[in-house]
Amino acid sequence: MKVGVLALQGDVREHINSLFDCGVEAVAVRRASEIQSVDALVLPGGESTTISQLSEVFGVYQLIKERIASGMPVYGSCAGMILLAEEILDAKVGQKSFGGLEIAVRRNAFGRQIDSFESDIEFADGSTDLMKAVFIRAPWVERVSDSVQILASVDSHPVAVRSKTALATSFHPELSGDDRIHRYFIEQVARPALEKVK
Amino acid sequence: MAEVTGTGRVKRGMAEMLKGGVIMDVVNAEQAKIAEDAGAVAVMALERVPADIRAQGGVARMSDPDMIEKIQAAVSIPVMAKARIGHFVEARVLESLGVDYIDESEVLTPADYENHIDKFDFTVPFVCGATNLGEALRRINEGAAMIRSKGEAGTGDVSNAMQHMRKIGGEIRRLSSLREDELYVAAKELQAPYDLVKEVAQTGKLPVVLFTAGGIATPADAALMMSMGADGVFIGSGIFKSGNPAQRAAACVKATTFWDDPKVIADASRGLGEAMVGINVADLPAPHRLAERGW
Repeated sequence: MKVGVLALQGDVREHINSLFDCGVEAVAVRRASEIQSVDALVLPGGESTTISQLSEVFGVYQLIKERIASGMPVYGSCAGMILLAEEILDAKVGQKSFGGLEIAVRRNAFGRQIDSFESDIEFADGSTDLMKAVFIRAPWVERVSDSVQILASVDSHPVAVRSKTALATSFHPELSGDDRIHRYFIEQVARPALEKVK
Repeated sequence: MAEVTGTGRVKRGMAEMLKGGVIMDVVNAEQAKIAEDAGAVAVMALERVPADIRAQGGVARMSDPDMIEKIQAAVSIPVMAKARIGHFVEARVLESLGVDYIDESEVLTPADYENHIDKFDFTVPFVCGATNLGEALRRINEGAAMIRSKGEAGTGDVSNAMQHMRKIGGEIRRLSSLREDELYVAAKELQAPYDLVKEVAQTGKLPVVLFTAGGIATPADAALMMSMGADGVFIGSGIFKSGNPAQRAAACVKATTFWDDPKVIADASRGLGEAMVGINVADLPAPHRLAERGW
């Protein structure tokens, strides 16, 4: 499996390292040909307004949107979650997302940087171990449709959700040195989705 | 489920999210919106851009809280603001306003010519300038969660930024080549804590994100700094002292993302109108050089 990390802006290197730790091939992708060449995509943490704008400027917005819509497995952390949301609350005027997850996400819902925090949270992957989660100017999920399953919450706000082919977290597993989320994405989201296509 | 704020990981992590991006100096809400629309990852709110501080002279201080709040209300991206070196009360004021990052900056007139702010004492993270590795590690030792090479702000002359990036990069490469028993003397020479020196020697990079600043005025300047290993770019006077700020801002963002693709940089550089006129750093009398503030 070859996983691309969208490298227009954000903490690309950290996601690539986490994916390497899971034993998959991981590459930074910016151009259409590079995005075409991967089996699955990770949308990193960063500034969602910048990433979506650059995707339009460099002509890959439509390609990413279509690949996600046609079932390419995708994982987004923080800004990546916003980019996967069908609806963005507190968006910049005209801000676009790729969509793919039937959720409404509120940007910077946990507050500004002084409110950014770490917390040990439960994650519904079958393990009862708590997981260190890093939230930075983090969004939360405000509404989900029936196609979406909630995997983790903080103060009753969903912070990790999935559909059949898409996973999103408000927090940054790529910063905590724990590859549990990336492993979940590879083994429980991407691999089953790709095998079905075959 | 205790939620802990202001940790090192949260502070340094915030800077990680800015990587590959451009942070732009703005002096009002209108400029902040132009910067956000152009794809800036954050804005730096200040009363006068460095070129004007240089031209007008006098003591440069923290900005008016009203102005910072107007900018915070105008944009959804992170808002940073500058405090004077050593002025921990200005920093407390900025923290109380909820700015996302404080730049303890040599562009403002220092408040303390011996001590910098104890940055561990704050929930808000700090970025500090550095001209060499020892200076960067001393700032990190005081709690800086992000470093920017200083360059010479407000000149539009990229030569000092280049010099500082080469210096920091060169000193990191040298550390990586030393035997472990030589790191004690290296720490002494760098005037930096041994533990940080050892960490840099082992990892081959700073423990925090390294941006570059000072004199960047064109898309090619931004790409040059990325090629030198910067994680991202601060652009101060270069945008809003140019002929067409909106277009130049967007062009610098593009060139920062595709810093390794000359065709993209060429396209971004077309028809931008006049760049800021600028001053050659060599023509600046030594007392007017901002990079020499901080130690």
